[in-house]
Amino acid sequence: MGLTTRSMAEVYAARFQRGMAARWRELGELAIQAVLFFAAMVSVFTTMGIVAVLAVEAIPFFQRVSLIEFLTDPQWTPLFAQKHFGIMPLVVGTFLTSAVALALAMPVGLLSAVYLSEYAPSRVRAILKPALEVLAGIPTVVYGYFALLFVTPLLKRIIPGLETFNALSAGLTMGVMIIPLISSLSEDALYAVPTSLREAAYALGATRLEVAVRVVIPAALSGIVASFILAASRAIGETMIVAIAAGQRPILTLDPRRAIETMTAYIVQVSLGDVPHGTLEFRTIFAVGLVLFLLTLALNLLAIRIIERYREVYR
Amino acid sequence: MEGKTGMEEIVLEAQDLTVYYDGRPAIEGIHLKIPRCRITAIIGPSGCGKSTLLRCFNRMNDLIPSARVVGRVLFEGIDLYGPDVDVVEVRRRIGMVFQKPNPFPKSIYENVAFGPRIQGIRDRRRLDEIVERCLQAAALWDEVKDKLHQNALTLSGGQQQRLCIARALATEPEVLLMDEPASALDPIATMKIEDLMRELARRYTIVIVTHNMQQAARVSDYTAFMLAGEDRVGRLIEFGPTQQIFTRPRDRRTEDYITGRFG
Amino acid sequence: MERRRRREIVGRVFEWIALGATLFGLVVLALLLFDVARRGLGVLSWSFLTRYPSRFPEQAGIRSALLGTLWVMGLTALFAVPLGVAAAIYLEEYAPRNRLTRLIELNINNLAGVPSIIYGLLGLELFVRSLRLERSILAGALTLSLLILPILITASREALRAVPMSLREAAFALGATRWQVIRHQVLPVAFPGILTGMILALSRAIGESAPLITIGALTFIAFDPRGPLDPFTVLPIQIFNWVSRPQAGFHTRAAGAILVLLTVLLSMNSLAIYLRNRLQRRYRW
Repeated sequence: MGLTTRSMAEVYAARFQRGMAARWRELGELAIQAVLFFAAMVSVFTTMGIVAVLAVEAIPFFQRVSLIEFLTDPQWTPLFAQKHFGIMPLVVGTFLTSAVALALAMPVGLLSAVYLSEYAPSRVRAILKPALEVLAGIPTVVYGYFALLFVTPLLKRIIPGLETFNALSAGLTMGVMIIPLISSLSEDALYAVPTSLREAAYALGATRLEVAVRVVIPAALSGIVASFILAASRAIGETMIVAIAAGQRPILTLDPRRAIETMTAYIVQVSLGDVPHGTLEFRTIFAVGLVLFLLTLALNLLAIRIIERYREVYR
Repeated sequence: MEGKTGMEEIVLEAQDLTVYYDGRPAIEGIHLKIPRCRITAIIGPSGCGKSTLLRCFNRMNDLIPSARVVGRVLFEGIDLYGPDVDVVEVRRRIGMVFQKPNPFPKSIYENVAFGPRIQGIRDRRRLDEIVERCLQAAALWDEVKDKLHQNALTLSGGQQQRLCIARALATEPEVLLMDEPASALDPIATMKIEDLMRELARRYTIVIVTHNMQQAARVSDYTAFMLAGEDRVGRLIEFGPTQQIFTRPRDRRTEDYITGRFG
Repeated sequence: MERRRRREIVGRVFEWIALGATLFGLVVLALLLFDVARRGLGVLSWSFLTRYPSRFPEQAGIRSALLGTLWVMGLTALFAVPLGVAAAIYLEEYAPRNRLTRLIELNINNLAGVPSIIYGLLGLELFVRSLRLERSILAGALTLSLLILPILITASREALRAVPMSLREAAFALGATRWQVIRHQVLPVAFPGILTGMILALSRAIGESAPLITIGALTFIAFDPRGPLDPFTVLPIQIFNWVSRPQAGFHTRAAGAILVLLTVLLSMNSLAIYLRNRLQRRYRW
């Protein structure tokens, strides 16, 4: 009896012990996991690659051009005989088109978010929401065409002194493009506000508008702000619209009727030209790219932070 | 706290078993002996850690990253949490049926054949044979033999659950763990599952978690009663032959629960 | 009473303004489509699709741009889809909750917001220069792959997350290894969702021009690309080129090319919506 139980136990022990087959199988599993992990790490490598590329080309640039000159010189003329390397005109140009875009997209986007979340019957919402998403799916080069060949001629009839290439048309068109970004992210934030909060306000006799403006929007404010920040990041980085419709003239102005040049449009301009690689002139696009990357990085991280925080609150 | 199992042969045994989730104990100090070819029911109010205990027996708790198991679970005298144990083999030998029927969204045939297939059985005739045998054993064959290649999700809830039992049988386990297998089913389907369990108990050892005391009384040979204390840590209160637990419980708390005076 | 009426009117007016704001974007969209159609419908013809670009607007076609777009998209899908799905599987099914995982996730979130032209600068230095791929289709496809990777990963993760946990448990309980669970049970169920995400990601790539301009995609190509190492142009760049010309004749060509591009995009999006609906109908637990 004792002997049989022990030999039974040994048989079972042998069965559960990891044999050669199990070891090979585990090795295979580990190999698969390693491959998948590597795929996930590609995103980290991409970021590292971006930083490395920008640094490698921008450092020699800054050895020739001082940071002070880069940041304070009011002229940007690296492609001319009389060279100036002040990024200010490009930054101001970028700021100008982005400001126009945001001035349009923030109120319109937020209002449509409020409408979709607080007013629209579910059937209307089911139609309008995907229809708005279509706007975000149109290629930017198409918006560029629209800005230059439709918006500008239209605005020229109303606004005297509007140049053929101008910050206003490009900015407004860009604003239309980023409306869906703001409205869908803001709507998520509005939607996350608990119904109990709305009911409490209704119970106190508030109208729908008062509930929306005094209760829901303040409660969703961080999400709305995050959507604005992401929209700003998107506007700063947008390329084709401004390259087509805003011009290639890096002048320091805040007049949206005039032709300007953004950071992105400058990179396109140099890429299309025949400036030889490795020269100081060519390296300017990496210095500009670095500024662009750092600006958008800061905005993205800020928005991600805010979104993560408000998701925690309502979870 | 070890109950009387008399002369029964013990298949599974928990020794001083404690499970932590995120460092906090969920069940603590469990000693339990599961006899061969019997149905053992684990009962207790919700949140007492019945399912947690059940999931220790086939190491399903390994899938929860925050879970840590301390103590021993002996299967035929082998510690399942020992250093060189093959988890995959453990789960094949100790099958599991879940609370909600969860057939794969594939054909009835493919559901049953999945276990043998991943063990490397490719021979079509052998698979056919296994599928038929397991569906027979799960008392489902007559209802599905003409539509083996139909999607399993087209079956009724009770049929789906019996399919899940057939699927579990296909890896030739010795023990079947059942986590409230009838809680999502109507009374008639429940009855069929209970009849099936009695039938299966001739060949298999069954451990069933249930919150339904009548069910435990109807189908099980042995009953373990678990309860979470004020500290919300589940402990085994009493274990013994089902008849004794339900007629002459020794612990006051068991009696309160059985008679419905609890909570 | 007077006060209450005023509140009511203000509320009504606000509702109309909010509705107007919602419709504003759609009105602009309609105007855009109308303008493109008005200008571009006339140039659409078989010869427009099959001719190379030309100095003379009336002879210019989009043959090389269309072929370039097909080549670049094919290779982009080839590189990005396996990589994106693999990364999503790792993050959903394997990744422990630790700092490295958080870092990867933060990276993906941030990369989704990096301007596309920055990817162009990366592609220029990494693929065109360091790997010596020159201004080739391959370099363009690799650049766009990195660009759409965050979109693909996010969409694939959502598809994987939608697969019920009970399905994984059932397979694990039968003694399947983690990879067997994923390969045989999780992926087949998540597949339509992943496919939808893939199409949407590619429809983003197909409209991109800035990064390709940066890596040096040409604007004038009068031959068919024969292999992945050939120089190329794509539809958006052809459009950009024509819009930037002063002659009105090229502007109508641009509008025609936009119509072609939007048609391709529309069919891709319809396919994605169709697949999504099919998915919802098929699996219900």
